[in-house]
Amino acid sequence: MTISDQHIIEAENLVKKFGSFVANDHLNFFVRKGEIFGFLGANGAGKTTAIKILCGLWEPTSGHIKVAGFDVYKETEKIKRNIGYMSQKFSLYDDLTVGENFTFFGGIYGLRNKVIRERMAFFLKKLGIENNKDTVIQSLPLGWKQKLAFSIAVMHNPAIVFLDEPTSGVDPVTRRQFWDMIYEAAHEGITVFLTTHYMDEAEYCERVSIMVDGRIEALDTPGALKKQFECDSMEEVFVKLARKGVRNGH
Amino acid sequence: MVPSVKISGIVKKYQAVTALDHISLSVEKGEIFGFIGPDGAGKTTLFRILTTLLMPDTGNAIVEGYDTVKDYKKIRKIVGYMPGRFSLYQDLSVEENLNFFASIFKTSVKENYHLIKDIYRQIEPFKTRPAGKLSGGMKQKLALSCALIHKPVVLFLDEPTTGVDAVSRKEFWDMLGNLKHEGITILVSTPYMDEASRCDRVALIQEGKILSVDTPGGIVSSYENSLLAVKSGNMYGLLFDVLDYPGIIRAYRSGEYIHAAVKENAKMHEGIRSFLADRGHEQLVVKTIIPSVEDSFMALMNPLMTT
Repeated sequence: MTISDQHIIEAENLVKKFGSFVANDHLNFFVRKGEIFGFLGANGAGKTTAIKILCGLWEPTSGHIKVAGFDVYKETEKIKRNIGYMSQKFSLYDDLTVGENFTFFGGIYGLRNKVIRERMAFFLKKLGIENNKDTVIQSLPLGWKQKLAFSIAVMHNPAIVFLDEPTSGVDPVTRRQFWDMIYEAAHEGITVFLTTHYMDEAEYCERVSIMVDGRIEALDTPGALKKQFECDSMEEVFVKLARKGVRNGH
Repeated sequence: MVPSVKISGIVKKYQAVTALDHISLSVEKGEIFGFIGPDGAGKTTLFRILTTLLMPDTGNAIVEGYDTVKDYKKIRKIVGYMPGRFSLYQDLSVEENLNFFASIFKTSVKENYHLIKDIYRQIEPFKTRPAGKLSGGMKQKLALSCALIHKPVVLFLDEPTTGVDAVSRKEFWDMLGNLKHEGITILVSTPYMDEASRCDRVALIQEGKILSVDTPGGIVSSYENSLLAVKSGNMYGLLFDVLDYPGIIRAYRSGEYIHAAVKENAKMHEGIRSFLADRGHEQLVVKTIIPSVEDSFMALMNPLMTT
């Protein structure tokens, strides 16, 4: 196996500038296939910018970046076909039914109707909501919505799923059920790249990076980071590093 | 003492959904009172009723002696409200927003500057920037300044820290602590369970019902079972094995540990250790811990849950 087979995301000197503002300042990291990778940072540290580049939505200013083996400058359409994405802010169409959302996103991912029907039946059974195919999304509880959104983000078996604060505002029980789904996806070989403001969730990641003012200040397993910064919890590590940031007025 | 806020039997339904199901509680003057619960628990509906923007179906609420339905105009003059969604004028500058809020309450920024000084000073360097162009943390500080500029008696903050990073959250709670010293009663809602410790008292709220009202210490000390924290070299398999142990009430991940609620502690502690060692777990750590508010919340929201 070559290195690029093992590394599903490779970023070398990723730079993104907006005028004179350097949003991402020479980011160097890789993500292994099947890994749960926590991409942490304070508000305004540059996480969203980096995610947009990795998803093929924005072109970087410079750097060599490959996602699922594809180049972020030339092969953005191929990247988009090989990733899934969900966030707390946008995930599903509220005024469409559960079934319509599956059909819509399945269509976008280029799945055949038969496959869409099979995948939908599989996930609805798994979530125990077989009878809710015709329910409009907005009448579902938030916890269900988020689990459904995750299912739809991985219905096409993407190489990588990007989760942007997927558990924000979710109750503590559902938050853990959501993590069961993340572990399961990773176990099946889907790489999980996620952001969160819950520091207990940082402990669930295999490796974690922490961004401060556009740079990656630390990257390692939660255990190694706690040792490196002499902290008892990831919360302490995060606070110690993010306090140094000046962009957000700390 | 007459409470600052008194809520009596409030029910609010949206069609088939009961957003608030017979809510009754009182908030004392000068308290920081937290409403802790996930999205959809009814926190925003309750805040809208208390700030006179919504009427309850039944029940009533009194804020500083005024009824939220009959005396709504009086209440609006004396409360500050920071809604969950950023609600300032995006195309007005920082300074213009603040002046606007001061002028509609017939006051000036100068008159109450002492109240907002510590907060506003941090965003003052950006006072000519449009509010829409601020970072999340700065927007939050501006919104709080605008909610304070008329020197409210009661301050309502609806999820001020949602989506905000751990450092900014800490700073925000420090600011609230300072406002408490000004004698302002603060009602604040949050989905982050760990923020309960920054409140004088909290109400745990889930699906429109109050699970418990107490001090953070009181919530934790009324936890019914013993709680163990368990860790091993194989965390993924560990959860399933802990759940297999006879006598487990519930077990779930919590940071780097599995939290396991058990009935009695003395025997369970060693029992679970040898049970897990027999299943091949190495580097085992088993220790008794004090529950957090999140542990208590999970126990209250579903006593038999075993995820």
